[in-house]
Amino acid sequence: MPQHFVAPPQWEWYIVWYFFLGGIAGGAYALGAILRLMGDQRDAPVSRLAFLLTLPVLAICPILLTLDLGRPLRFWHMLIDSRTFGLNFKYWSPMSVGAWVLIIFSLFAFVSFLEALGSLRGSRAPFLSGGLGRVFMIIGAFFGLFLAGYTGVLLSVSNQPVWSDTWALGGLFLASGLSVAAAALTLMTRLGRHDASAEAKLSRADRYFTILELVLLVVFFLSLGAVGSQFLQPRWMALWVVVLVGTLVPLALHLSTERRMPAMLAAVLTLVGGLALRIVVVFGAQM
Amino acid sequence: MARTVGFFTDTTLCIGCKACEVACKEWNQLPGHAPAFGDGYDNTGQLDEQNWRHVQFHERTTAKGGVAWNMMSDVCKHCAMASCMEVCPTNAIIRTEFDTVYIQPSVCNGCRDCIAACPYHVIGFDEASGLARKCTFCYDRLQANLMPACAKACPTESIKFGDLDTMRQVAGARLNQLRGQGMSEARLYGDKEYGGLHALFLLTDKPEVYGLPNTENAVLPSRNNVRSYLGSLVTAALGIVGAVFAFRERGGKE
Repeated sequence: MPQHFVAPPQWEWYIVWYFFLGGIAGGAYALGAILRLMGDQRDAPVSRLAFLLTLPVLAICPILLTLDLGRPLRFWHMLIDSRTFGLNFKYWSPMSVGAWVLIIFSLFAFVSFLEALGSLRGSRAPFLSGGLGRVFMIIGAFFGLFLAGYTGVLLSVSNQPVWSDTWALGGLFLASGLSVAAAALTLMTRLGRHDASAEAKLSRADRYFTILELVLLVVFFLSLGAVGSQFLQPRWMALWVVVLVGTLVPLALHLSTERRMPAMLAAVLTLVGGLALRIVVVFGAQM
Repeated sequence: MARTVGFFTDTTLCIGCKACEVACKEWNQLPGHAPAFGDGYDNTGQLDEQNWRHVQFHERTTAKGGVAWNMMSDVCKHCAMASCMEVCPTNAIIRTEFDTVYIQPSVCNGCRDCIAACPYHVIGFDEASGLARKCTFCYDRLQANLMPACAKACPTESIKFGDLDTMRQVAGARLNQLRGQGMSEARLYGDKEYGGLHALFLLTDKPEVYGLPNTENAVLPSRNNVRSYLGSLVTAALGIVGAVFAFRERGGKE
């Protein structure tokens, strides 16, 4: 492990919430697209719900990022070179890539949102139902998954202890993003009146995502080696407990029953655990 | 006239007077932080947005059981391969005509990615201006053909300034001189790290003692790009397979 002498960048609550909401938005779009692409008409309401959820959650993300800047009015410097007014893009800088992905994914989320809104009112925009529509959703899902995962890569592409000592953060945030998105959709379907089969599918999917997240948590600590023990200081233990409760308890509930209250409890715990994971990773490495 | 410049800081000549810190603050109009008095003479603490020079004081026990100080005036290294410049998403961090690394105040938007990248704990975030700030190598003075304020003020010439090639030669000659006098622990830092630094140091202890990563640990943030993205890609593939598998199953019950 490289020995680091690095100052903390003071990325705090705006960034934590961006990572969390970006995970929900990206994951929700991907799940909505997969449900739609698989073509079961009974799943259409949940798929529509996913697209309706994505855009409002995504809309908060650039606001959080802009507020976090020291000079918020210069947010556009991320995209455009303020000297030459040419485009700014550095593929080797995840922050630069992420700014572009956020813009491009917003376009996909916006179109799918409008289509879902139209579908809710009984009409269907033809451009998303044919082959072109399928390609559109596949590309949109790619950018959604990218948004959910690149945030971990952003942390790793630094010299900050812990963050840069592992390659697993991107995958961990992506798995967690899918999991919290499935949980958010489960909550919304339970609160509404949707087909029980679609709810069961979401529950099963979340079970797989949670297992994936747990595996990546283990990989995360294994990749950190001795640095990982420093990351487990007593002041962070309570949050790690929340992370574990937010993964293990929902997993047990998914496996045991699909009754109404346990499924909602599982979804709430998953969301809280996903937030706690980002809090402990972001703050834990900076203090 | 544009040229490739460098510092050579000879720690064996540093007397810890902090004239470099004062001159830097005076010239660059840095108000500084309130001094923090602890168990030692170092009341500056660290390099950051207000401290562009920092005189470190390291106490060590000598072979005869006495106490000796290792002092070093630390500064931005203006790396040839600069981690801060690599990650900066706005291109606010540029290489000047003097081959130094400079944060353009008119371009920086205060994202602070450079702070997480700098392996020397150099850059700080200035709350007042909302910008990332660090040593400019006295860019304005260089443009006026003047030497940086810190080197100008140093009374023992511990901080030397000149063309980088000349500084390398001076550093090499000094190292040979000290080793010839029996100082076997003397070593040069900065000729190999990050493609060669524009601030060379003559040290009398391991680099880590002075908060400098050794050659093996002097690595760029981009080393993690491919493996981190690959980890995400594999996870995405597994997630999609999981979702397809879950969504294929029929009915509300298992």
